[in-house]
Amino acid sequence: MVDDIVIGLEIHIQLLTKTKIFCHCSTDYIDKKPNSHTCPVCLGLPGSLPVLNEKAVELALKTAIALNCLINSTNIFHRKNYFYPDLPKAYQISQYNQPLAIKGYLEITNGKSSNKRAIRINRVHMEEDAGKLVHVERNGKIISSLVDYNRAGIPLLEIVTEPDIHSAEEAVVFLKELRSIVQYLEVCDGNLEQGSMRCDANISIRESVSQQLGTKTEVKNMNSFRAIKKALDYEISRQRKLIEDGEKVSQETRRWDEQSGKTVVMRSKEEAHDYRYFPEPDLLPLIIEKNWLEEIKNNFPELPAERKERFIRDYGLSDYDAQRLVEIKSLGDYFEQAAQDYKNYKKLTNWILGELLRYLGEENIDITSSPISVDKLTELLQLIDQKIISGKIAKSVFEQMYRTGQSAADLVKKSGLTQISDKEEIDGIIEMIIRDNMQTVQEYCSGKEKAIHFLVGQVMRYTKGRAQPDLVLHLLQERISKL
Amino acid sequence: MPTNMENKEQKGINMQLNKLTAIDYLEMVKNRKISVEQVILSLFHQIDKVDKILKAYLKVNRDKALLEAKKIDKKLKNNEEISPLAGLPIAIKDIICTEGMETTCGSKILRGFIPPYDATVIKKIKEAGGIIIGKTNMDEFAMGSSNENSAFQVTLNPWDITRVPGGSSGGSAAAVAADEALVALGTDTGGSVRLPASFCGIIGIKPTYGRISRYGVISYASSLDQVGILSKRVKDAALLMKIISGYDALDSTSADIAVPDFLASCQDGIEDLKIGVPQEFFQSGLDIEVKERVLEAIDKISKLGSQIERTSLPNIEYALPAYYLIAMAEASSNLARYDGVQYGLRIEDNGTLEDMYTKTRSTGLGAEVIRRIMLGTYALSSGYYDDYYLKAQKVRTVIKQDFDHIFQKFDLLLCPTSPIPAFKVGERISDPLTMYLTDAYTLPVNLAGLPALSMNCGFTKKDNLPIGLQIIGRYFEEDKILRVAYNLERQLAEINRTKPNLSFSDSLKDGSS
Amino acid sequence: MTEKIITKTEVEYVAKLAKLELSEEQKELFSKQLNDILSFFAKLKELDTEQIEPAFHSHITHSTNHFHEDIPKPSLAQEVVLNLTEHKQDGYFQVPKIL
Ligand SMILES: [Mg+2]
Ligand SMILES: [Zn+2]
Repeated sequence: MVDDIVIGLEIHIQLLTKTKIFCHCSTDYIDKKPNSHTCPVCLGLPGSLPVLNEKAVELALKTAIALNCLINSTNIFHRKNYFYPDLPKAYQISQYNQPLAIKGYLEITNGKSSNKRAIRINRVHMEEDAGKLVHVERNGKIISSLVDYNRAGIPLLEIVTEPDIHSAEEAVVFLKELRSIVQYLEVCDGNLEQGSMRCDANISIRESVSQQLGTKTEVKNMNSFRAIKKALDYEISRQRKLIEDGEKVSQETRRWDEQSGKTVVMRSKEEAHDYRYFPEPDLLPLIIEKNWLEEIKNNFPELPAERKERFIRDYGLSDYDAQRLVEIKSLGDYFEQAAQDYKNYKKLTNWILGELLRYLGEENIDITSSPISVDKLTELLQLIDQKIISGKIAKSVFEQMYRTGQSAADLVKKSGLTQISDKEEIDGIIEMIIRDNMQTVQEYCSGKEKAIHFLVGQVMRYTKGRAQPDLVLHLLQERISKL
Repeated sequence: MPTNMENKEQKGINMQLNKLTAIDYLEMVKNRKISVEQVILSLFHQIDKVDKILKAYLKVNRDKALLEAKKIDKKLKNNEEISPLAGLPIAIKDIICTEGMETTCGSKILRGFIPPYDATVIKKIKEAGGIIIGKTNMDEFAMGSSNENSAFQVTLNPWDITRVPGGSSGGSAAAVAADEALVALGTDTGGSVRLPASFCGIIGIKPTYGRISRYGVISYASSLDQVGILSKRVKDAALLMKIISGYDALDSTSADIAVPDFLASCQDGIEDLKIGVPQEFFQSGLDIEVKERVLEAIDKISKLGSQIERTSLPNIEYALPAYYLIAMAEASSNLARYDGVQYGLRIEDNGTLEDMYTKTRSTGLGAEVIRRIMLGTYALSSGYYDDYYLKAQKVRTVIKQDFDHIFQKFDLLLCPTSPIPAFKVGERISDPLTMYLTDAYTLPVNLAGLPALSMNCGFTKKDNLPIGLQIIGRYFEEDKILRVAYNLERQLAEINRTKPNLSFSDSLKDGSS
Repeated sequence: MTEKIITKTEVEYVAKLAKLELSEEQKELFSKQLNDILSFFAKLKELDTEQIEPAFHSHITHSTNHFHEDIPKPSLAQEVVLNLTEHKQDGYFQVPKIL
């Protein structure tokens, strides 16, 4: 069956302000005592009133500008009315028909080709986050729920795309690009696991025969890029199967269940809410003056796409390497800091994108908390360049550095891992290797050039990698020619 | 005088001090003629005497108020600098949050709610040295024009205890009229300060929307609510206006506009003012005696030199439905937070969340509140928004434009506060629509966000009930309103001397002796 | 009363939206009262408002941006917050289980 996958995303990002969107409570709430970061306003106590955080607006505007949006000069906040225990006022202050910004786009490069494609942004609007629910279980059954309002009132920016995305993979590419932008702008830390960046997806399938847009489902609760990829792939194949079987996709909200690897129904459309939106009378219309926008634009930071171009230009990196380095701002920062002291950029990039990311990735550690600092990495690379250690040994030194936090120089000194550059010592070993592998030597002499590499390998093995490979090759060739 | 007073001081209670105006109180306290404690005790005595019948107070702040009074008296004795209100006792409508003191909004759903914070107006009063003497009764969530919608008690009108004091700030109005308080705060969403002021024969002012912070004032209809003052004399209101007005960083709708010295502005004459009398307020439905007294008052103002002219607010008849739709819609959202989760009443019958919500709300909220929430929810719900809520907001624009138009010509407008004097308890309560009509003359002012004041301008001959004159001003021109009111007040000596007959209390064995 | 503006089904729907539980008698009474009031409100239809903007914030004549500065101030103490209710557990507000 030929079809079109149609995906639209709704992303919520927590803005990196110091205070909540409508009160002075601190936003530093993670791992704090429940209900210790609340006040009459964010608890929605009778009589309390909201006052908008100027910084939240500024961060929202930065994002809207980066997403190439049209910014509304008059913003209206609305009340979205519904009952839920995590929503203290029983309405969420959000934006509705006069949001912050509309009609933007974000260019992405899909992995398969280097063609750029614009994903259109439908709207960007500000709203407040809700509290957090915890469920109390007894004997495997939920018996009651608990509410912590520390998160209530954290400023959120909701970014809604047009249904321009056509695969799970593309959705991830888009989200990585978006995350990278908000990190560069320092408007959000982009942590999917901790929920400072959250994504819901609307998915439908357009059958090419009819060209009719299929019924869409909304998928929620995806807490990592991996989960997003898996959930969307699952949902796409589930819908395809329904269509193939001649069944109907029903309009509903589904939840990604990590454990079963499936999406499961949360609520059907019949139970949809009637939110009774109306303009929030407790807040004035927000007026965005032109000079405010100008000021923000004048102080705009470098964005990942610009940085990537610069990395290619200034460091001679490949498109692919540059893309990977700039994707996470702190990774790009790490690279640039290291590049000040270490000028073999290609080698530096290989080590960062190879060894370092592999180790960090295994333990899910952020580059900013890497046990191997920029200085320690460049020191290691310099030891290789000075031929004090071989590249191979460097890898095991790297591992020890990672585990112990010690410097490369110290580790090399302690364990005697320095390269053997003593000609006589190597000569002795070569003599022994030649003696044991006469057949290979003859093959080499009769023109099979590659055979010499086997001999080099044998020497390296015997020295546990400590011999300097260039020297070994040189001495081997010299020895054999004298035979 | 002093010796007489000392004698009574030994008994602990001065029988007359509760009758003081706020201005006279300040004068006497500052001259050390009386102590704050004497005044407070005298008020408690009056409360003990009459409030069993009148039921103006929900709570009297006895211990704390006395403690505060003693503190201020000590400062006075030591000649320390005296705060501007110098211990002035103030009654507070129970819609205004007072830290550590139960605030119910007249509703069972908020019984036991003790705010952990003070409203901005309370903060200002405390900082100025005012003393909260108690919390007064009100229609539940300020929804009503008679005080009969209180979940706890019905306040009665001191002029005739078979009648209502007006609402929703009826407790505050009755307390001031019956000398149970020197001054009081109320709130006015569609007339809730002016109407009870009119029914109880006192001063009630609702300033411009944005003039006084709403922070800590429990919302009924956010775009219409405004704190107001109930007092015996114009200057008392002017004094308090100065204290509680002004910009508040905690209220986005509060106005960053200078607060004039309202007391000083009372002193000037009114010859320079052009005043309009909108004819629509004098047509059918207006009680004949109300009409007569109001026209007499207008005549007096004219004689004081103001230029009076008839004018028109052609679309005023649409104000009432627009007002109620907007108020109800906002209320349906504002009152959604009373769901049993964090504070106040919770009824948890069989354990489901949905049940807790519906049982708590259906039990905790009274019939009128439920009616307004239902109508407001309907007016906002999908499919009806345009026809009701949006339409009402457009009509609101029309009403505002009408006012803007005539205020180009006039400094002020004059009309009755209410088409009728105080009605009998039970007379209107079973018919919501009739009750709504009581606010017809006051609510257009709230729709436009304008300031207005109600003052007593005489009595009905038939039942000796007070009649209110309403003075409406331009945005932030409360000073002109107060000026006219004060000038007229000086012409109404006999009316001002007339006090309600509280002899009903004589037949009661009160606990004050 | 001519025709019904709001039906009993709509009254039930609205009650559900507002999380209110009405008895049968209440439903009857409210249906009648709501109809009376709504038919009175229908008077607004007489006024042509085709060219009129809604007055959402126009009563605020002093409209400028009103912000708070992004500087944290102390929150309420946890115990003060939890003093608002008897329904609490381990520092949290407690509610019936959410299905
Ligand atoms: Mg949202
Ligand atoms: Zn807060």
